[in-house]
Amino acid sequence: MSLIKHYVRISGQQPIDSGHPTTYNVCLDGQMLVSNAPADTLLADLYKGHIGDYPKFYKMDPLCKAGFIASELLLNAEGRRREQWGESRGVVLFNAASSLADDRNYQATIDDPETSFPSPSLFVYTLPNVLTGEIAIRNHFYGETNFIVLPTLDSEAMASAIEMTFSDGSLQSLVTGWVDCYSESQYDVLMLIVERDAIGHRDELSDEIKRLAN
Amino acid sequence: MEREMVVKLADNIISPLGVTTEENYRAVKAGRSALRLHEGVPGIPIPFFASLIDENILTVEGDYTKFERMCIQSVSAALANCDIDASSDRVLFIVSTTKANVSLLAGGRYPAVSDLPSAVLPGVVASRIASYFSNHRTPLVVSNACISGVCAQIEALRALEHGLCDYAVVVGADVQSAFIVTGFQALKAVSAEACRPFDRDRKGLNLGEAAATVIYGRTDTADNRWQMMCGAVRNDANHISGPSRTGEGSYLALRSVLQHITPDEIAFISAHGTATLYNDEMESIAVNRAGLANIPVGSLKGSYGHTMGAAGVLETLLSMSAVDDHTVLGTRGFENLGVSRPISVSSENRTTDRHAFIKLISGFGGCNAAAAFKKGGDR
Repeated sequence: MSLIKHYVRISGQQPIDSGHPTTYNVCLDGQMLVSNAPADTLLADLYKGHIGDYPKFYKMDPLCKAGFIASELLLNAEGRRREQWGESRGVVLFNAASSLADDRNYQATIDDPETSFPSPSLFVYTLPNVLTGEIAIRNHFYGETNFIVLPTLDSEAMASAIEMTFSDGSLQSLVTGWVDCYSESQYDVLMLIVERDAIGHRDELSDEIKRLAN
Repeated sequence: MEREMVVKLADNIISPLGVTTEENYRAVKAGRSALRLHEGVPGIPIPFFASLIDENILTVEGDYTKFERMCIQSVSAALANCDIDASSDRVLFIVSTTKANVSLLAGGRYPAVSDLPSAVLPGVVASRIASYFSNHRTPLVVSNACISGVCAQIEALRALEHGLCDYAVVVGADVQSAFIVTGFQALKAVSAEACRPFDRDRKGLNLGEAAATVIYGRTDTADNRWQMMCGAVRNDANHISGPSRTGEGSYLALRSVLQHITPDEIAFISAHGTATLYNDEMESIAVNRAGLANIPVGSLKGSYGHTMGAAGVLETLLSMSAVDDHTVLGTRGFENLGVSRPISVSSENRTTDRHAFIKLISGFGGCNAAAAFKKGGDR
C-alpha cells in the first residue's frame, strides 16, 4: 500500500514564476481529469463541475481557491464522510510564495490613499495558513493546522515535517502537500492524504512526493 | 524512565524595551511599556498605538532589511551564549514570521511577478539568515499567523525528538509596516489607546515589533534548565478571522497538553490576551473548559503590543524568566475583569513557587496552540 492514499496534482506547462501564460493539467490519483485548460477559467470550472455547494469559494483569494479546489477533489476521491475525523485529521501545507498573490492585491489597495482604501476582505487572506483554516472549516477538521514556507519544493523537508506531525498522538491522517500561488493564473499544487502508517518511512514518502511533483 | 529531554540552551529578545532577555524581563517586571502613539507615518493616514524598534539599536552591517537585521542580531546574541557550531548541518534554523519582508511590495515597484525580488519570498529570507551563520541546511519558515512562534517551537521539539537535528535555532520576528497597520485598522481590530487585555473596557489590540530567539538541544539530564515538555495545535473549524465562541481549538490544545502536565505544577498560563473583545472572551472560555480557572492568567500585550511572528517566542522566554524569578507578571493595562468566565488576572506582579507554565496562543485561520514548559526535573 502506498504511503500516499490519494493525491491531486494541478500543474502548468510553464514554471509558475516565469511570468508567461500557461495552460494546466489536473491529475487525480493517476487519472488525467483535465488537460490543457486555460488558467483563468480552470478553478471556476472545476468548482462548477465537481463542487458547486460552497459559494464562499468565490470570495477566496487565489491561493485559497487553488488549495480549496484541490482539497475538494482529493476528499471526494477519498469518498469518506468528512465530518467523521474531527480532531484526528490535520491540515499541514507548504509553499514558497506564502500569500504573495493576495499580498500584492491588498498592497494595491493601499498604494494610493487618494483613490482607494484598505480592503479588509483582501487583508484577511494575507496569511497562507488561512487556506488550512478554510479546509478545516469546510470539513470540520479540528486537528493540527500549520503552514510551512520553504525556499523551494523540498521533498525531504516536507516528508520530515509530515512524519513528525504524527508525534501528536491524536492525529490519524493529514491533508498535506504543496500549494504555491503567485497570481490568479499562476499556481502549482500537489495535495496528498497521508496517514499514520507514514511513521518510520520518511525517505519513501520523500521519494513519492518528489516523483509526483515532477 | 530514562528519556532524552529537549532543553533551552540559550535565548535573546530584541525589542524597544531592551536587547537582551534580561533587560526585557526587568523592564516588564517594572511595568514599563514601549507602546506609544505614532502619527504622520508615511502610508498610514490614521494615527496608531504601537511598540516599534528604533533602527539605531540594530547593529548588523550589510545589505539586509530591517526584518533580516533584527533576526540576525537576535540569533547572534543567543549563539554567543552557548557553545554550538551554527554552521553544522545538524543545526536546523526555524523562522517564525507572518509577513517577513512584505514592505518590499510597497509603492507598486514590481508590476509583474517576474520583476519581484527574491527577498519577498520568506523561505529565501530564512536561507539568507541561516547563511549569515554559514548554515546551508534547508530552513523552515513557520507561517501560521499569530501562533507561529509556538508552532515553530513545537517543530523544533519534534525535530529534536526525531533526531532530525541536534540543535534547533528558532527565531520569531515581524516588522510593522503600512501593510499590516492599515490592514488591522481596516478590520477595526486596533485600539486608539494602549491596549487593555481582559479588561471590561478593552477596545482592541496594539501592534508591536520584536525579534526573539530560543535555541533548543537534547540532553539526558535537565539539571536546572528549561524543558520544552509538549505542545499541541488545534483548529476551531469555525471562522478564518474570528475566534470560536466556544473556545474549541484553544480548549482542545489545552486538553492535549494537560495529558503531560498536571494543573498543580502550573505557575500560570501566558495567554494570547490581545485585548480584542472576542479573543480575550474566547480564552476565558477555553481556560474554564480545561478546568484551569484557578491558575493565574496573564498577557504581555500591554507591554509589547502584538508582535505577531515574535509573540510566541518572546512570551515563552519572558514566562521562563518570570518563573526563574518566582513571579507571575502582572498584566499591564488590566483593571477590571471583562470576560464572561472567571479567570485569575492581575495588574500586579504576584509570587509563585511553581516551576512550570503553559503558553496559549490563537490566530487567524482558526488556529490555536498550547505548549508546556518546566524548569528542571524529570520529563
